[in-house]
Amino acid sequence: MSADIVFDPGAEAGRATDAILRDTLHGTARGVVVDSPPGAGKSTLVVRAALELADAGRPLMVVAQTNAQVDDLVVRLAEKNGELPVGRLHSSDADPYDKALDDLPNVRKSAKAGELAGLPVVISTAAKWAHVKVDEPWRHAIVDEAYQMRSDSLLAVAGLFERALFVGDPGQLDPFAIVGAEQWAGLSYDPSSSAVTTLLAHNPELPQHRLPVSWRLPASAAPLVSDAFYPYTRFRSGTGHGDRRLNFGVPSDGSGPDRVIDEAAESGWGLLELPARHTPRTDPEAVRAVATVVRRLLDRDGAATSERSPDPTPLTADRIAVGTAHRDQAAAIRAALGELGVTDVTVDTANRLQGREFDVTVVLHPLSGRPDATAFHLETGRLCVLASRHRHACIVVCRAGVTDLLDDHPSTEPVQLGVTVKFPDGWEANHAVLAHLAEHRVVWRP
Amino acid sequence: MSLISTLARLEAVHSGRAQPTATVRHRHLSERPLVLVPLTTAGEAGAPLGALVGTDRDAPRLLVVPQPRDRDLRFAFLAELADVVLPYIDTFADDVEAAERNETDPETGKRVKVEVELCADAPQLIVPSRAGIELVRLLGRSMRFRRTAEQDPETPHPAPPRVPLLGRWLTHFGERARVPGSALLLALTEVLGRHWATGQSSLEDQHLAALLAWIDPPDGVSGAEAALDAELRRDARGQLVCPPAGPATDPAFDNKLLAPAIERYDRARTALAAAEDGLEADDRLGELTAAEREIRSLVESVTRPTWEAVWHGLDLLRALPEGAHAVDRWTRDRWSFTGHRDRIVAGEPPQPRRDDAVTAANKLATREREQARLDAQEALDDPLVMAGRRLAGEAFAGEVIDVVMAYSEGKSPRPRPLVTVRTDDRPHLGERVKVFRSLGGKPQSAEFVGHEEDGALIVLRVVDKMGRGKEPETGSLPEKGDRICFTLFEHEQRGGAKLPDQEETPWTHGGPPGEESAVQESADPVTEEDVL
Repeated sequence: MSADIVFDPGAEAGRATDAILRDTLHGTARGVVVDSPPGAGKSTLVVRAALELADAGRPLMVVAQTNAQVDDLVVRLAEKNGELPVGRLHSSDADPYDKALDDLPNVRKSAKAGELAGLPVVISTAAKWAHVKVDEPWRHAIVDEAYQMRSDSLLAVAGLFERALFVGDPGQLDPFAIVGAEQWAGLSYDPSSSAVTTLLAHNPELPQHRLPVSWRLPASAAPLVSDAFYPYTRFRSGTGHGDRRLNFGVPSDGSGPDRVIDEAAESGWGLLELPARHTPRTDPEAVRAVATVVRRLLDRDGAATSERSPDPTPLTADRIAVGTAHRDQAAAIRAALGELGVTDVTVDTANRLQGREFDVTVVLHPLSGRPDATAFHLETGRLCVLASRHRHACIVVCRAGVTDLLDDHPSTEPVQLGVTVKFPDGWEANHAVLAHLAEHRVVWRP
Repeated sequence: MSLISTLARLEAVHSGRAQPTATVRHRHLSERPLVLVPLTTAGEAGAPLGALVGTDRDAPRLLVVPQPRDRDLRFAFLAELADVVLPYIDTFADDVEAAERNETDPETGKRVKVEVELCADAPQLIVPSRAGIELVRLLGRSMRFRRTAEQDPETPHPAPPRVPLLGRWLTHFGERARVPGSALLLALTEVLGRHWATGQSSLEDQHLAALLAWIDPPDGVSGAEAALDAELRRDARGQLVCPPAGPATDPAFDNKLLAPAIERYDRARTALAAAEDGLEADDRLGELTAAEREIRSLVESVTRPTWEAVWHGLDLLRALPEGAHAVDRWTRDRWSFTGHRDRIVAGEPPQPRRDDAVTAANKLATREREQARLDAQEALDDPLVMAGRRLAGEAFAGEVIDVVMAYSEGKSPRPRPLVTVRTDDRPHLGERVKVFRSLGGKPQSAEFVGHEEDGALIVLRVVDKMGRGKEPETGSLPEKGDRICFTLFEHEQRGGAKLPDQEETPWTHGGPPGEESAVQESADPVTEEDVL
């Protein structure tokens, strides 16, 4: 208990940020690596570092992984400093960037790096940067989502900068290759591994920092996510147990979905357990259960109270997300939601939900109804992404029997020499999460 | 496993016969492939026991190592193998056609077209199974760094001439086999498995005889029974009637037949060495020859059924017409072959033991691009494969029921006609998702606009391939009543970004190879066992 009193999240996070900026601006190392757990203010850090580097007069390039991430960073930079000229390097496809950028007077957009030369900050995706050629490298770079970047795409852009700040979340999904890459497993520059893995294998002396506070995850979620997915680099929630509340105007009708909603509103977690059964991937009952939970969340006049504002904000469709493992599951849930008249709720796979934030998430458990547990479904990052998108509550829909399934399928991936074993493994993490969810279980037979 | 292949497997179980999963052959098959059925010695990785090899199905060449632990005999085997494989490869090396290739001019830095040679055809190696490909790679690795007496008179154990060269070629074949859709080196079980779905697991499909039993069972027998028979039936001596396709052998064969035969051979050899006079030596040489002949006939008895099975499998595949794009991919194989031929002629050193950072990244990029290309091309070549993609929501086919002319906004409006398609498919279409159809072999793209009638109608906006004029060119648009098929995946792959040259490997990846900053590889320490 005493730790709770001593722990001041704001000061703790501030100290970490200061150390990172000191190493970035005044350090001698060519690179600085920052590990950031979910919602720990990674984007805020990137924006702040970018502004300070620009202030220091060091030409900066920023590498992000997707166009959405790039556009988001540009908007955030402009919000913080509307005067700073920013270059948005984009592809020559149709609609290469968010139209919102057109309203920002100091953002120059071009498909040619030459037209953006001389701007203090130029931002683009790794894929686009790979095509850029320069005579003189940038003094500094920021590589965002570096753990989701593949080693080979860092290889393509690393010649463009002298020094770099690498920021990312080690707990999320690892990058993947669509063909086998076992041939290079164990090599320090395995092209299919993450950019940070390669970077640190060759430069083990680089300073490594980590952000210690998650501002997104509520006090109910941070300990579980930290224990299950970041057992050696724990983090805390920036808010206390009483700081966030979820209330519903319409009382429960006693059905399974309503009971699980109440449980999740109360405790931050809810498990809606359907009867055990082997099902196809797009399990119709589970899909309908997910859709019903979402429908009831909207129907029951939810309101979220948080440290952000004294007044409750209504729980609207844009504050809810549904997460799945597979695209066809997402498509099936979208269709089921459509039938219930729900639109504007984000339904996507773990891959695409990375980096997003919502008030309430409804998750179709990756192992629900499966006869086997493959490496794909056991991947730690997949479950971590799905279980760490919410500010208030997370409701998991799952068939009974996953614990037994896990016990029947211990990890059997071949051990590769020279490859650092990643902890925790998906099997362990899945058990940890299920054990916690079991305390918030609502059994329901639709 | 995709839904359609699960269905095909269920149907195979139900009907007792493998079900086709392709209507055309998706791999090029050479007119004159070189079939290699290799065997290795149990317990000794990469020690060849023997092989049947050749291009003539009626006259394979039998190569045998009577004592696989004898390195000289192993070398003799590899030299014999080189005598078969290298002349075969050479027959393709000299028949060339003129071709053009884009190269960067070293002086101007511009991309220019250069006239180069392209081999008109390429060799094709067929092994029975995936493990055979691994063995080809292993043999390549074990041979390509050997030195012959001619290359290095000081070398303590010189390799026979041409063995290192065979190692380089086998390495090239093995490396090329990792490229999706390539056909320089094929494992027959993989190719058959691509074209038929059996009622057994994909693991069981790696048994060539069992796989063929599902695809082409004897009259009156179901595939399942025939496959079980192929896997388990033994003769009176306890030997499998269908020996494993190798390179591993059946333990019953090893213990009951091979081990005693090798022992007799060893005894005969020792006796010959101990012979005291010419007459005795002649007798004992006779015994040695007899012992060797026995091993040869044993090896032949377990490779011959696989040899026949491989040709049977090739017959089944040849009965399918070749897919339209398979020849494009074969052309890339020919480029790959020509490139390696040129490297050898230019006197370049053998392939390094490990790829450097840039080479590894380039290979991965190429293979990912080829995988995407293969997936797209197989679907475009084959309605059955496309059906699988449609079932997975990645494509849709239907009838055009309306085409409405529309134009883009802006100073010079471009045609952006709206096409309405009626379909029973349920593609995963989101807002403004791009879809593609094949128009005279080139992809035409359209944007998803919306659904009508509960998803039965899909409205698309065609955005390109309509010519430069204000009106779309004739034939560039589908017409009412046309049956068309759109895919959500792209038909062609863009080239990736150029990676830095090896000498410019950045600091994040250890700097240029050979520099101090590169992570030093620690050699295995020498242990007592190394010097036994």
